[in-house]
Amino acid sequence: MAREMVADRHPTDLLLRSDRLPHIWCPGCGLGSVMSCYTDAVQASGIPVPLHVAVSGIGCTGRVAGYLSLDSFHTTHGRAIPYALGLKVANPELQVTVISGDGDLSAIGGNHLIHAARRNIDLTVICVNNFNYGMTGGQAGPTTPRGATTSTTPNGNYEEPFNLPHLLATAGAVYISRWTSLHVRQLRESMRVAIKKPGFSFVEVLSPCPVGFGKANDLGEGRDEMWFYRRRSIVDDNANLADVGLSMSEDEPIVLGNFVNRDRAPFRPAVEKWAIEEVLHGEA
Amino acid sequence: MPATEQRVLTGNQFMNGDTACAEGALAAGCLYFGGYPITPSTEVAERLARRLPAVGGAYVQMEDELGSITSVIGAAWGGVRSMTATSGPGFSLMMEAIGLAAMTETPCVIVNVMRGGPSTGLPTLVAQADVMQARWGSHGDIQAIALAPSSCQEMFDLTVRAFNLADRFRHPVIILADEAIGHLTERVVIPAAKDIVRTPRRMQPIPIPVAYEPFRAPDSTLVPLMPAPGKGIGAHVTSLTHDERGYPATDAPAHDRLVRRLYDKIALHTDEIIDVEEVGLEDAEIAVVTFGSTSRTAKRAVSMAREAGIRAGILRLITLWPFPEEQVRAVSQRVNAIVVAELNLGQVRREVERVSAAPVLGAHHAGGALMPPEIIFQSIKEAARHGQGNGRRSASDRPLTAV
Ligand SMILES: Cc1ncc(C[n+]2csc(CCOP(=O)(O)OP(=O)(O)O)c2C)c(N)n1
Ligand code: SF4
Ligand SMILES: [Mg+2]
Repeated sequence: MAREMVADRHPTDLLLRSDRLPHIWCPGCGLGSVMSCYTDAVQASGIPVPLHVAVSGIGCTGRVAGYLSLDSFHTTHGRAIPYALGLKVANPELQVTVISGDGDLSAIGGNHLIHAARRNIDLTVICVNNFNYGMTGGQAGPTTPRGATTSTTPNGNYEEPFNLPHLLATAGAVYISRWTSLHVRQLRESMRVAIKKPGFSFVEVLSPCPVGFGKANDLGEGRDEMWFYRRRSIVDDNANLADVGLSMSEDEPIVLGNFVNRDRAPFRPAVEKWAIEEVLHGEA
Repeated sequence: MPATEQRVLTGNQFMNGDTACAEGALAAGCLYFGGYPITPSTEVAERLARRLPAVGGAYVQMEDELGSITSVIGAAWGGVRSMTATSGPGFSLMMEAIGLAAMTETPCVIVNVMRGGPSTGLPTLVAQADVMQARWGSHGDIQAIALAPSSCQEMFDLTVRAFNLADRFRHPVIILADEAIGHLTERVVIPAAKDIVRTPRRMQPIPIPVAYEPFRAPDSTLVPLMPAPGKGIGAHVTSLTHDERGYPATDAPAHDRLVRRLYDKIALHTDEIIDVEEVGLEDAEIAVVTFGSTSRTAKRAVSMAREAGIRAGILRLITLWPFPEEQVRAVSQRVNAIVVAELNLGQVRREVERVSAAPVLGAHHAGGALMPPEIIFQSIKEAARHGQGNGRRSASDRPLTAV
């Protein structure tokens, strides 16, 4: 008798709140693969799982925190980074990763993003760039390529988007990479490296949003949109970051790679463990 | 690395209100300050920038007040007592995050040293016009706890108390100070470290029970035990409406249950928060209800009244929120009229009018200078004339001039 093959366990089950699944994301959305790359990277990092903490802002990507069975914080729109900063300074033992959307991190939270990079605080930021505000139904944001149609750019976007790797490199991040959600092996490894890297690391993930972005731009289903990114992708770790801006044009490449891995003096302030003990249990 | 400075500066000190506030925070065990400079609160930040690292804590100067308050909330979840200090424009920027702290039940302290507004207003001069903002500034049905110091000693004492209330209720606590007190210098007596009362933060013991629900309150306090990150609990903390497991919920019953609990955990225990001071009310026919720096010039107005044969006294509100309704009502039943004296155009007066059994008059000024005692005295005289009447009158429309 033919039986449906259902695996009852997955190696990263323990890192997911299976009682909250299925997730809310649309069919064809790239967020599921981003999340599983992250859980793989957590396991591969060698850092004890309970020390990993995930912080998200608001948006479709912001919902990642809620599906992880880690200590996880789903904060306000744009503020995941300062929240993460507070957690890290108060408890430097924690391995704090921010997972949030392009709008959350680079529009409303843009100031925190560049300042965290400038300070070089030991955080990992995973920025899921779907070129739009997915959660609110596909509006343009600071990553929307020129000419792209969204619900608030019905005649095509006439603003120049951020080139995030270039921005972050200028602001001072010590690790910067960009992959698509289809490059799972490279993405997973890059997340692992970012997590291990002391200082501010930034991983940009280009991810299909068939509902919010693909449809309005005739990119087809999630798989077709993925393919639109995939066939234009080239990997160049040594790319000149000024040249890795993104466009809608079939003729222009999407440059991926592990662009930056450098060392720089880290952000210093930290609450000392002995001070917490002293406050809790009185001065010796 | 050992502490290079004493955490609690026990003894007689001579310092300004902002500095006393910073020392109160240290004495309370605050180990994290996230801030952005703004007059007239900057001295709080400057003091802590020097003192916190010397006692093992951390000062972080954030890029704006949105970052300041949010980092303070993150630090609270990281396991320390944390605080920020600001003034009007910065306080406005913090409103959304104060709601985040309330929604996620995060203990933290926000100091607002009030200056003249709206907008940039009077950066260096006093006002008391953020009373309603402290109560209603963040969206949604939210509770507020706000304390109003009227001396440098109280800047110290109430800051300690604010941290205790924050941990008792797992709620953001606001110090509504004003510029006049922040920049006033006077004696502050700092007790020995062992004599500083500290309400412990109620943490979830480890290991957690099998069916652990991080947002279920275990008892009549209605306050859940706080899960510490990094210990394998795996708690989810969200700004979304959530159920007892901490999971997002979108149904009306879950929302009502959560918002009511957040509301009631404070509403049902106001006696633990509310504090007022009565001065010369025993025989009074007129009660002056006031707070902060205005309560100091009100004393002068009351002596002027007594010299003029009007028996006036003072009900000083040390707690502004939750509003001391019962205390005001009780006093209103003993006097002929109430005068509300405040450096705004009638914010506390509205609250007093809501609960008073006696006619209520205002003595208001928009700020820029301490409340002139003469304005309060005028209102006391008017109150004495009309005190026997039954209508509620207000002197607030009178043109007033600062001295
Ligand atoms: C202060 C504030 N402004 C606006 C919103 C509405 N809002 C929710 S999610 C979102 C955009 C999210 O876009 P992005 O960060 O790119 O995440 P995505 O949904 O695309 O993953 C907006 C504008 C909000 N929640 N809070
Ligand atoms: S709107 Fe876009 S980003 Fe959001 S779940 Fe749907 S496909 Fe994913
Ligand atoms: Mg987006």
